[in-house]
Amino acid sequence: MKRLAIYLMAGPEAPDLAAAAVAGGADLVEIGFPFSDPLADGPVIRRAVERALARGMRTRACLECLAEVRARVGDVPLVPMTYAALLEGYGYERFAADARAAGATGLIVADLPVHANPEVRRVQLVAPTTPTERIRSAGGRTDGWLYLVSVTGTTGPRQELSPQLPPLVKRARTVTDVPLFVGFGISTAEQVARTAALADGVVVGSRAIEVAERSGPEGLRRFVAELREAIDRPAVVPAG
Amino acid sequence: MSPRSVSGTETTGWYGHFGGSFVPETLVPALDELEQGWRAQRADSGFREELDRLGRTYAGRPTPIYLAEGLAPGRRLYLKREDLCHTGAHKINNALGQVLLARELGKRRIVAETGAGQHGVAVATVCARFGMESVVYMGAEDIRRQRRNVERMRLLGADVRPAEFGTRTLKEAISEAIRDWIANVATTHYLLGSCVGPHPYPEIVREFQAVIGLEARAQIVEEEGRAPDVVVACVGGGSNAIGLFAGFLDDPEVRLVGVEAAGAASLGEGRPGVLHGARSFVLADEEGQILETHSVSAGLDYPGVGPEHAFLRETGRVEYVRATDGEALDAFHLLAQREGILPALEPAHAVARALDLEEDLVLVGLSGRGDKDLEVVLSR
Repeated sequence: MKRLAIYLMAGPEAPDLAAAAVAGGADLVEIGFPFSDPLADGPVIRRAVERALARGMRTRACLECLAEVRARVGDVPLVPMTYAALLEGYGYERFAADARAAGATGLIVADLPVHANPEVRRVQLVAPTTPTERIRSAGGRTDGWLYLVSVTGTTGPRQELSPQLPPLVKRARTVTDVPLFVGFGISTAEQVARTAALADGVVVGSRAIEVAERSGPEGLRRFVAELREAIDRPAVVPAG
Repeated sequence: MSPRSVSGTETTGWYGHFGGSFVPETLVPALDELEQGWRAQRADSGFREELDRLGRTYAGRPTPIYLAEGLAPGRRLYLKREDLCHTGAHKINNALGQVLLARELGKRRIVAETGAGQHGVAVATVCARFGMESVVYMGAEDIRRQRRNVERMRLLGADVRPAEFGTRTLKEAISEAIRDWIANVATTHYLLGSCVGPHPYPEIVREFQAVIGLEARAQIVEEEGRAPDVVVACVGGGSNAIGLFAGFLDDPEVRLVGVEAAGAASLGEGRPGVLHGARSFVLADEEGQILETHSVSAGLDYPGVGPEHAFLRETGRVEYVRATDGEALDAFHLLAQREGILPALEPAHAVARALDLEEDLVLVGLSGRGDKDLEVVLSR
């Protein structure tokens, strides 16, 4: 079964939103721990970061939020996503340990390249620019699944599915057996369905955050349910 | 005079435990390509000769050192006159070097950040000269306070884009430039203007600016028969300081002093952290979130600093001190009235602290001229 991951920003609403996402059919929830200077993020997530920081969502508050989310989502995988600066401030191994204690099942650090800080087990990211040998290395080091960045660019919705995605998936399949999740630039049910036809999982971030802000938990649940249905529908669009 | 390695720390990307490369995976191949291209070009005598020739015939090198008897009567205080470079600041040294590097890498589009506008003007200039497309990100707040440089960049053909997020200053301009680079990495070279950012940028920028210190050392030895007692430079990201200090790091008897803006003193009041792809001293809270800064000079208004400076602070080789907005403005007026030189507000910080020093033979980096700052100065 293809899996659906939803990204939400840490904050007081995150437990309700995460519960709604899971009720709508999310298989995995990512929780953004905001950093003031997020280089990999586009405008939607940057605005969410600014709001979260203005509401005091520093590392400790984010870990507490994570524990509250865990209490609401049963045993659904829960993965914080952040930047190296937070781990620098908190301590790399301490961060990883405390996140797990709070209920995390993995960790994503957007600006730690594949070979950096091997002591921090994490989900590795690869991009269309990543050479195949490096994808092999990332697959060997990753924690559970590999995060394929579908675009050469930052997070945020795009009109079209990236033409760089099919060749990236193809290259990754030749060098690793781990499940491949695809994120960055995927926002609509149609894009989710086409991506799921290629890969093992799909991550939707910026659009989920927009929907959550506009329509709250119930709106998010409905949006996620639409994505779920699109994923589970037999593929009508040929891969690629 | 060719740029050359001077500190012996250039090959690993680490300066002690500072430096490194904290970037999204998308950029890693581009940084590897840049490092390989840089190593190849640095070893190529044709590249170095072309850069030297452009420095001489286009940028106006060597710049003189000038004995400022009006400013410091009875003492021997020299100014290294980078303000006399084409475009009015030391930034042209690095811009010329990197545009040649970009050409060798086959990149025809240049993206850059600017704070005070001096680096942006240098980038727009070299892109005009080499027929490249230039996109310069500048904080919306800096666009407001450095209007004249924005006009210069646009006349030179640059696409100046405001960074409207967060602090709307240099920090956001760098973030936006990096995001542009991530999105356009196949066609674009990021022409970073200071000795910050991921490896190999701190090394590349230091090497292209080392010409300041190598020239200045030879010049002062020629004039005085010896190295100076103390060398002083302002530090924002730290490119003119690292270039000037590069000429003296191997002279253990020469005291080196970096001067930060009091409201943006990463080395004076910061802590180790990660910003813009490198570990260095940053102004951040204890959980790693970057703090806001303030300086009257846009070029020093930055919460980070180059990792080599962090290393030089930690080893004690360089002392880092501070000057306030008011002290910099006083130094600006003093230099104008006593020497007929309008300095940029950034090196005015260095001049302010240099006047306190006890030593007899002093060298101060005058990194740029002050035309861009007239509105700020006149509004005070």
